[in-house]
Amino acid sequence: MIVAAALIVLLPFVGAVAGLLGSRWPRGGSRTEENNARANRRAGWFAVGPAAGALVLTVWLAWQVSGAGGSADVFWAEFLPGSAEGTLTVIDTGAIPISVGLQVDGLSVLTAILVTVVATAVQVYSVGYLRGDSRFPSYSAFISLFTSAMLLVVFAADLLVLYVGWEIMGLCSYLLIGHWWEDRANSRAAVKAFLVTRLGDVAFLFGIFTLGFAAGSFRIDDVIAADISTGTLVLATMLLLGGVAGKSAQVPLHTWLPDAMAGPTPISALIHAATMVAAGIFIVARLFPVFPQPTLDVLGVLAAIGMLGAALAALAQDDLKRVLAYSTISQLAYMAAALSAGSPDAAIFHLISHGAFKALLFLCAGAVIHHVGSNLLSHMGGLRQAMPITFWTMTIGFAALMGLPPTSGFFSKDAVILAIEHSTSPIRLFLYGSALITVGVTGAYAIRAWLRTFFGEEHVHALAEPTPGTAHVFDGREAPRTMVWPLVLLAIPALLLGFIGVADMDWPSAAISLLVALLGAGIVYTTWRGAPHSDPARLLGPFRGPCEQAFYVDRVYAALIARPTLALARGVVRTDTHVVDGAVRGSGRLTLGLSSLARLSQNGNAQLYVTGLLAGVLLIAVGAVMLG
Amino acid sequence: MHVVYPAVVAALLFSIGVYGVLARRNTILVLMSVELMLNAVNLNLVAFDVWLRDQLHGGQVLTLFVIVIAAAEVGIGLAIVLAVYRNRQSIDLDRLRELSEPTELSEPPSPNGAQPVATKVTTGGGPE
Repeated sequence: MIVAAALIVLLPFVGAVAGLLGSRWPRGGSRTEENNARANRRAGWFAVGPAAGALVLTVWLAWQVSGAGGSADVFWAEFLPGSAEGTLTVIDTGAIPISVGLQVDGLSVLTAILVTVVATAVQVYSVGYLRGDSRFPSYSAFISLFTSAMLLVVFAADLLVLYVGWEIMGLCSYLLIGHWWEDRANSRAAVKAFLVTRLGDVAFLFGIFTLGFAAGSFRIDDVIAADISTGTLVLATMLLLGGVAGKSAQVPLHTWLPDAMAGPTPISALIHAATMVAAGIFIVARLFPVFPQPTLDVLGVLAAIGMLGAALAALAQDDLKRVLAYSTISQLAYMAAALSAGSPDAAIFHLISHGAFKALLFLCAGAVIHHVGSNLLSHMGGLRQAMPITFWTMTIGFAALMGLPPTSGFFSKDAVILAIEHSTSPIRLFLYGSALITVGVTGAYAIRAWLRTFFGEEHVHALAEPTPGTAHVFDGREAPRTMVWPLVLLAIPALLLGFIGVADMDWPSAAISLLVALLGAGIVYTTWRGAPHSDPARLLGPFRGPCEQAFYVDRVYAALIARPTLALARGVVRTDTHVVDGAVRGSGRLTLGLSSLARLSQNGNAQLYVTGLLAGVLLIAVGAVMLG
Repeated sequence: MHVVYPAVVAALLFSIGVYGVLARRNTILVLMSVELMLNAVNLNLVAFDVWLRDQLHGGQVLTLFVIVIAAAEVGIGLAIVLAVYRNRQSIDLDRLRELSEPTELSEPPSPNGAQPVATKVTTGGGPE
């Protein structure tokens, strides 16, 4: 089993290397149209093949670990009780050894299935979405590398090995957000994502160190089994929480995610909806036994603020992808809330179903954007007729997002809310209220985006000419086949996945959240019916501005952090030029000034020199006579 | 004849030569003054050679050497003067100050490492 897990991790990695080095080989030189097309075709195979191979292997692995029995406190242990662990080598560091090893159990297999399914769908989809992009080979190779890194995180048996995958994901995220770096805003967004997540990652690394030194081992099993004092645990898990907040876009480190929508849409689907942002939640679930109650409470407060705030922000956005981005923050906050309520079970359930339906939503949004040539909801409308497949699949996605039965979101969201309801946490009521209101707001923004995209009048805003480097081409038809198939593939789990949780349903609680969601949706629908041309976001009234700006968090950060940092940097530069350089230059000037006295005699007149010589000789002669 | 007469004449000659070297501005006159000084030395050499009755006449031999060397020196010196005049249309010693320190302070080195060249206004025409 470990060999299979290693293969799953390595296959996409080999695909990435092959895609980067082999796509243009051996006729690499010229970038003609024909060469590009050939390179893209080959890179497509290099990308899709390993991803599909990893998917097949993961399914086989799931079949291997499956079986009945096992402890039933978490559902993956119920369905997938098997586990295995293997260590390739132990690196002796002098202090605590690093064991390079992998670990297979229900949780990792489950997450790996999500990752490989979404990665395969995204790779296939990208072939159509980025047709003709001259940088497609590197793009698809980075996706493969990313997939490999995420799978390493999922299967890692050692915290430091996990951290390697964690950092590679951050790097790939940066590279892929900035795929169209010709536009300055895109590269800025990439840098922002990199810096913000890095801030969390530093905390995460120190959290790993704290845990590792307290437990005397970096192996996850040892860390969980170790007997560590509560104070150390709180410190370590708080630090880990920093990394979780960074990667999973939780308040207060969430600001990079909406800006990350500058990347190509499949990237948003893969990284910023289904997998990378899930890594934070996955880590908490993986290390859940070591998280003490204070840390979980902090996580709960952050989640409660994040879910409602992000949902309100999503309600006011005009950019379809930003709507989905804020919705992702909100849904990730649901998972965090489930974790803080003490139920990694519900969190992972929602993680899986959210991964499926959010990837689906993003890929549908990509198809719509590809069709319309614009990200803005105000440029869309009436696309129901032109894009029937996209319409139906996206409807399934939105229904799952709202939590309507029988889609997966209905079951998983219910599991989350049930977990919050039954938790013993002191902030239970706060969390529960926030979650219920968010359900209503989620219904509102989902139905708004749905109506604004597919209903009303068609006013397609075709670009006269696609800007270089963008994939936005209006061709008036349904998206190409490679883009439609992944939609259908992902719509199936988004629709049906929830039924694995049907046994644990709590129907009254589900009915309440369903009613709240329908209430939110209904209000937006009636507003929209009254005036189909205008944006239902006007419901928010005076709050619309703050919501659209996501409550000015970006501006607050700019004022509190970015600007003081820049001012400090300028101060350092000034100090350097005026004090440090000034001292050096000043000493030079002082020497020159002093030497100017001595230089008065060096006026170039040879006769003066001879006079001096003669005077000297006379002086010596007189001296010799007098003293001699 | 007492040795004091040639010695006084030589001293006078030497003093005139020193004055010429130190005070004249014309390079040719400076060269001539140098000759005067050399000849003052020659006079001393011959006079003291006789006065001291040197068996080997080292003073007279040395005088011949000095005369030869002085001829060579004047030849080179005049050639240099000629070359200077061709290039600068002037043999005024006061204006041949290429070797002086630059009069104005050169700028301190700029931060990017470029060293500004200390320029000096040359007197007379340039070499080409």
